[in-house]
Amino acid sequence: MVAHAQIVPKKRHPLLAFAARWLFTTNHKEIGTLYLCLSFLLFFIAGSMAMFMRLELFEPGIQFVDPLFYNQLLTLHGLVMVFGAVMPAFVGLANWLIPMMIGAPDMALPRLNNFSFWILPFAFTLLLSSLFMEGGAPNFGWTFYAPLSTTYGPPSTDFFILGVHLMGISSIMGAINIIVTIVNLRAPGMTYMKMPMFVWTWLITAFLLIMVMPVLAGVVTMMLTDRHFGTSFFDAAGGGDPVLFQHIFWFFGHPEVYIMILPGFGIASQIIPTFARKKLFGYHSMVYATLAIAVLSFVVWGHHMFTTGMPLFAELFIMYATMLIAVPTGVKVFNWIATMWRGSMTFETPMLFAIAFVMMFTIGGFSGLMLALVPADIQYHDTYFVVAHFHYVLYPGAIFGTMGAVYYWLPKWCGHMVDERLGKLHFWCATFAVNLTFFPMHFTGLAGMPRRVPDYSLQFADFNMVSSIGAWLLGLTQILFLYIVVKTIRGGEKATAQVWEGAEGLEWTIPSPAPLHTFETPPVIAQDHGH
Amino acid sequence: MKETPRYYIPHSSIWPIVGSIALFLTAFGAVNFIHQSTDKVAATGSFGGPIFFTGLTIIAVMMFGWFGTVIKENLNGLVSDQLDVSFRMGMAWFIVSEVMFFAVFFGALFYARIISVPWLAGASNNLQTHLLLWPDFAETWPLFRTPGGATTESMGPWGLPFINTIILVTSSVTVTFAHWALKKNQRRALGFWLALTVALGATFLTLQVVEYQHAYQELGLSLDSGIYGSTFFMLTGFHGAHVTLGTIMLSVMLLRVARGHFTPDNHFAFEATSWYWHFVDVVWLFLFTFVYWF
Repeated sequence: MVAHAQIVPKKRHPLLAFAARWLFTTNHKEIGTLYLCLSFLLFFIAGSMAMFMRLELFEPGIQFVDPLFYNQLLTLHGLVMVFGAVMPAFVGLANWLIPMMIGAPDMALPRLNNFSFWILPFAFTLLLSSLFMEGGAPNFGWTFYAPLSTTYGPPSTDFFILGVHLMGISSIMGAINIIVTIVNLRAPGMTYMKMPMFVWTWLITAFLLIMVMPVLAGVVTMMLTDRHFGTSFFDAAGGGDPVLFQHIFWFFGHPEVYIMILPGFGIASQIIPTFARKKLFGYHSMVYATLAIAVLSFVVWGHHMFTTGMPLFAELFIMYATMLIAVPTGVKVFNWIATMWRGSMTFETPMLFAIAFVMMFTIGGFSGLMLALVPADIQYHDTYFVVAHFHYVLYPGAIFGTMGAVYYWLPKWCGHMVDERLGKLHFWCATFAVNLTFFPMHFTGLAGMPRRVPDYSLQFADFNMVSSIGAWLLGLTQILFLYIVVKTIRGGEKATAQVWEGAEGLEWTIPSPAPLHTFETPPVIAQDHGH
Repeated sequence: MKETPRYYIPHSSIWPIVGSIALFLTAFGAVNFIHQSTDKVAATGSFGGPIFFTGLTIIAVMMFGWFGTVIKENLNGLVSDQLDVSFRMGMAWFIVSEVMFFAVFFGALFYARIISVPWLAGASNNLQTHLLLWPDFAETWPLFRTPGGATTESMGPWGLPFINTIILVTSSVTVTFAHWALKKNQRRALGFWLALTVALGATFLTLQVVEYQHAYQELGLSLDSGIYGSTFFMLTGFHGAHVTLGTIMLSVMLLRVARGHFTPDNHFAFEATSWYWHFVDVVWLFLFTFVYWF
């Protein structure tokens, strides 16, 4: 039984009704859609900034982009991708999927859910409007190190600071909602150890968000007071320390990078068993590995700061702790592979993305392991090797994970199957282009090309040209993705409830497209369901 | 069809989007207001102040409307036990996020005391830094004289801060008495203890203002007197802001008690407020220990 508090439908202009529906909605599926649309839009905005950068880097010398503007592009590219594309995409997926996966009628706090979303468009308006301000947009990189962002930051830095505050409020409220939903709204019988991995990874991600987003809010607040109210947090002349900024930022920043990958782990753990037609191998170890990664993420922030002159014991502790993360991560990778081992594998588009995720994320993981070594890191620091590393975990990791999720669940959302031919074309183009773009950066980085500089020495010319061609190809490929998504929403082969032959889980018991309200009464969880 | 509904799904609501617009106005106005009030940028004519305060006003209206809706739903019996648990968990996790926010500023305080100030004076492997940059700088805490030369006196713990500690701890006790009275349905006692808590909160804030005046006018302790002043004012300032918010919340509870709201087994808003109040109290104990005392 549900107590719908129905409002009596009034006759309104269709446009007003449309606006009211999306502005006032408290439905988890509609809010999930809003998140995914915003994320897609910001993905293209931040992606086009990358295109401009690669245009400039096509050849040595300064051709198209003024170096000062280049700095603004790279700053906004990073900020918008992290806070605008990857994070909202995962929150959108969480909104759509978690209630359906645990047999809940909606998110626990539906009005708060709407609030979490609608803050974001305003926050990004604030951030992106800085491009048109006097003095230009923030130009100090997405890590906004002091004193670049305090003493030397342009006036628009303050809009960036308040924008980050808004994003933080949104993320914290969203994370609280997700935790409460998972803890409190599971259908009877859906014990913790029966929850799908995607739900587990999001539970842990939400915990990380609640722990570190306030830290980000704190550090930008210190920036604001250092800039305008005379405090000396990051000013050695007043007894503070610019390195303090880095400590606080990376205390937020390192859990943040796991916030951007853990839900991706969850997605891979949903997709691979479906198309291998086997249960997920080592479910329990997957859960514990995710927990271990989350715990370790709080004590390794210093590996971003090996060149700041930390005491030796700190460098050693952080190096070993960082390398320890490879153990639970390795457990996950082996589990995914073991799930596929002797499975009845088929290679539909979502599976291709999931396998690519496992392979290429592992490449990024290995280069991360190289960066964890203090003596080696001192050589790699601030080179393109770092750029290659984190783009390998973010693009084929977080973004391929999201795309795999979209291909996997889109039939459930809109009721139409994706055109497999186009999906596979998109996958192969994207995989080719992503490697063409980022693999050469390993070499230019190891050869010493510094990151965040619009010009470079002649010996890096060939690799950079390759990277630029790859980047444009990658950008074009995503237009194909947009086309595929729109085409699938508008029509196509009707999807069944189960959609994929091997799919298991509560969301596949609902008709496709999923009705607006699902599980108004708690579903029965079969006793033998689980892992 | 008469069984108690298990799930409550609220209808669509205008308050979140009102809140989003208000937050945007507040943030946008705040930046322009700061730019106007400091000499960083000439932002005259951007109406920073009015926009900022309009935003804040709309936030207040939004909270009034939003909470009003929830209260009405509760009075109509729409809040199930499950939703009640969701509210409780939501509040608890919100307080966790607040703890982390204060943790950052405590982290900065400990970093300054244990690392940056000693290092500037040459500790660890930083002798060269010391000799090259500020050879005259000597390490003290409180930092009476910064490397740059700003000076200040320290704020002692045993005057107003100690009185404030007693006030705040007492207020935590009185709010618990109010809670006990509510559970036993003793409405007069409830009103008395709650009003006393509000009064103690207001007294604390008044004394904080007096203390700030003392700091600025007599000690030369200000936001720009180095890392000691920075951590002092940011920690006590954010704490004071939280006490202000807590006092407002308690006052709203007092008004609701006067209107006859809350029953011995249904008073989550009151409990949430008292959780928040205890949280603010605990933060103060840490403040008193590490900012004022040691």
